[in-house]
Amino acid sequence: MADHTEVDSVSGTATTGHAWDGIKELNTPLPRWWVITFYITIVWAIGYWIVYPAWPTISSNTKGLFGYSSRADVAVELANLEKIRGAKMAALATASLADIEKDPAMLALARAKGKTVFGDNCAACHGTGAAGAKGFPNLNDDDWLWGGSLEQIQQTLLYGVRSGHPKTREGQMLAFGKDGVLKPAEIVTVANYVRELAGLPTRPGYDPKAGAKIFAENCVACHGDNAKGNPDVGAPNLTDKIWLYGSDEATLIETITNGRNGVMPAWEGRLDPTTIKAMAVYVHSLGGGK
Amino acid sequence: MNKTVNPDDLQPVDDYGPLYAAHKKVYPQSVSGTFRRIKWGLMGFCLGVYYFLPFVRWNRGLGAPDQAVLIDFPNHRFYFFFIELWPQEVYYFTGLLIIAAIGLFLMNAIGGRIWCGYLCPQTVWTDLFYAVERLIEGDRRERMKKDASSDPMKLERISELVLKHSIWLLIAWWTGGAWVLYFSDAPTLVKELVTFQGPMLAYIWIAILTATTYTLAGFMREQVCVYMCPWPRIQAALTDEWALNVTYRYDRGESRMSVKKAAELRALGQPAGDCVDCKQCVAVCPTGIDIRDGSQMDCIQCGLCIDACDTVMTKIGRPTRLIGYDNDINIHRRQEGKPPVYKLVRARTVAYAAIIAVVGGAMVYKLATRSLLDVNVLHDRNPIAIKLSDGSIRNAYTVRVLNKHGFDRVIAIDIEGPANAAVHVVGADSVTPDRPMIVIGRDQTEELRLLVTAPEESNPEKSIPVKFHVTDIGLGVVASATDNFVSP
Ligand code: SF4
Ligand code: SF4
Repeated sequence: MADHTEVDSVSGTATTGHAWDGIKELNTPLPRWWVITFYITIVWAIGYWIVYPAWPTISSNTKGLFGYSSRADVAVELANLEKIRGAKMAALATASLADIEKDPAMLALARAKGKTVFGDNCAACHGTGAAGAKGFPNLNDDDWLWGGSLEQIQQTLLYGVRSGHPKTREGQMLAFGKDGVLKPAEIVTVANYVRELAGLPTRPGYDPKAGAKIFAENCVACHGDNAKGNPDVGAPNLTDKIWLYGSDEATLIETITNGRNGVMPAWEGRLDPTTIKAMAVYVHSLGGGK
Repeated sequence: MNKTVNPDDLQPVDDYGPLYAAHKKVYPQSVSGTFRRIKWGLMGFCLGVYYFLPFVRWNRGLGAPDQAVLIDFPNHRFYFFFIELWPQEVYYFTGLLIIAAIGLFLMNAIGGRIWCGYLCPQTVWTDLFYAVERLIEGDRRERMKKDASSDPMKLERISELVLKHSIWLLIAWWTGGAWVLYFSDAPTLVKELVTFQGPMLAYIWIAILTATTYTLAGFMREQVCVYMCPWPRIQAALTDEWALNVTYRYDRGESRMSVKKAAELRALGQPAGDCVDCKQCVAVCPTGIDIRDGSQMDCIQCGLCIDACDTVMTKIGRPTRLIGYDNDINIHRRQEGKPPVYKLVRARTVAYAAIIAVVGGAMVYKLATRSLLDVNVLHDRNPIAIKLSDGSIRNAYTVRVLNKHGFDRVIAIDIEGPANAAVHVVGADSVTPDRPMIVIGRDQTEELRLLVTAPEESNPEKSIPVKFHVTDIGLGVVASATDNFVSP
């Protein structure tokens, strides 16, 4: 407290005795109703602390007078949601994949659910719109390594690809160069042969006959005589316009030299069957499904 | 310079004053006359519309609500007689708000705060509450006497008060009740409400509106107009010198004197004021002001003081309208011996009327040409285009078809733009190849996933405009939307 109180000559109001940079603070107390309101808010806050769970204790927290818990509220909300959606979700669970696609209402529901789950689980690799990336298939197109029917998509989702699941889809693109099966020159030749199959230009001086021979001896087992691929082993069709890793010569040489063995995780056990079903319908309905 | 003083010498001065000026209760006296009749008429009309409109029926066909005015929140529909609006058509409400605002401006330019005096809900309900109060407790003098009486509450007085508040509460309750009827089928809701089966929300809203009506019209009255409502401040900025406001024609009224003195002066051929200072204009004023002090913010332009003064003038045999709708320009003109001029048509009023006409016209036009079939298209952004294994290009769209008709419709989708394109709707059986047909339920919107596939060779451009035509097979009506077909 300052010993001396000044009175401001202009306003005639006493100052508090505080001065900053020569500017003095006038003593203008708050209106009483304002102060009372302020005290009421303090009392209110204390009441709030007591009535609602608020104070942390060592292992938990105070429970409040009414045992209110926002967690319990969430549970109630979820139960309500379940009540509202339950019937529809149950219908989804029992319906066959084909039936779901035929019923507009169910399709909309499956698509909505599938889209959400896709965003949470699949978008990391395949992108939010399932557009894919190098090494991660675009799910909007009509090219499918393991088949694009509803059932095939569902199976891939359930068990994954090279996922370690007992029922996983298995297939291998061998590392022909690294394992010494083919010599570098042969790899260049067969890479150009594959480009020719797809209707892409080949390098000058490339020998198609040699390419055909190497292909017949090493590749037809998986990719087939006509190089159209085989969904049973996930061997891609080499004659179409879609390339998972790229179709330029350098990429093809790398693919043949080191092999490619991407992994798709199995979702069985992590997501419930209805959710996986909804995801299969969603992916199928992106437009590429067969 | 500030002088230093010892705190002990400081006199504690309690000069902060009260935090607000204590409110003086207003006891408006009953009055009769032209403006009072106008007010009764408008009150009857407004309240009649408000209380009974929900019960008016309107046939919209089977399955559709038959309430003439209905705000159907759960189904996102608004019904107003023959008009049915969807959330997509919210611009009608924008239009209505514009018209309402400009309408207020126009009223203000013509007659000052007439909205406040005649149509504002606060005025209408306060007036109604005053009428009840007057009926039960008597007129101004009686009420003042009863309130000031130091008598212990007599049974008679208590029963009077109980009766008054009960009627007030009844009106307030009916006000809240009528409000909720606009949001649900009125007869059904009334039945539900009285059997206590109604939705909680309805009861809550009735309670809220009962409470606000009771407090605002019963207790806060003119204080709402004077302290709470922003409109008087705004209108003060909008008004101009030509606007007709309730005005005390001081050129005629001053100086005030008794009837006798004025008669004497007039007999001597000397000028005399017409105002006899009877304060009738003050007694009837619902905001408790003296209009003779000049136009002021507290005046709600109800014209009751005009009626009061007219009665006095008639009684003393002087011309009426010592107080009337007028402006200062005319007072000055009269003082200069010129005839008064009334200019209702001027740049401001014409501009307001024009805006109202344009906006109203646009709304009517839009309403008249309102399509009952609409289509919105949204291009998939991710991926924007897809290359298929045969090299052709596909774009995916989310198409929303709106069927505003009261019956199911079969629609067909055609596209126009990319060469050799095929259209497919996911989940729809292709009865006719390349022309998907879908059933859209009545009063429904349907979201479709639409795929457009076209060979790249036929469409070398990076982006081609594509038109989507949605045709109602039954009626032949077509709705269209445009987007782009993009190549990767
Ligand atoms: S001054 Fe006259 S017009 Fe204004 S509020 Fe009072 S009675 Fe009404
Ligand atoms: S009512 Fe008329 S005469 Fe009486 S005080 Fe008011 S202005 Fe004057």
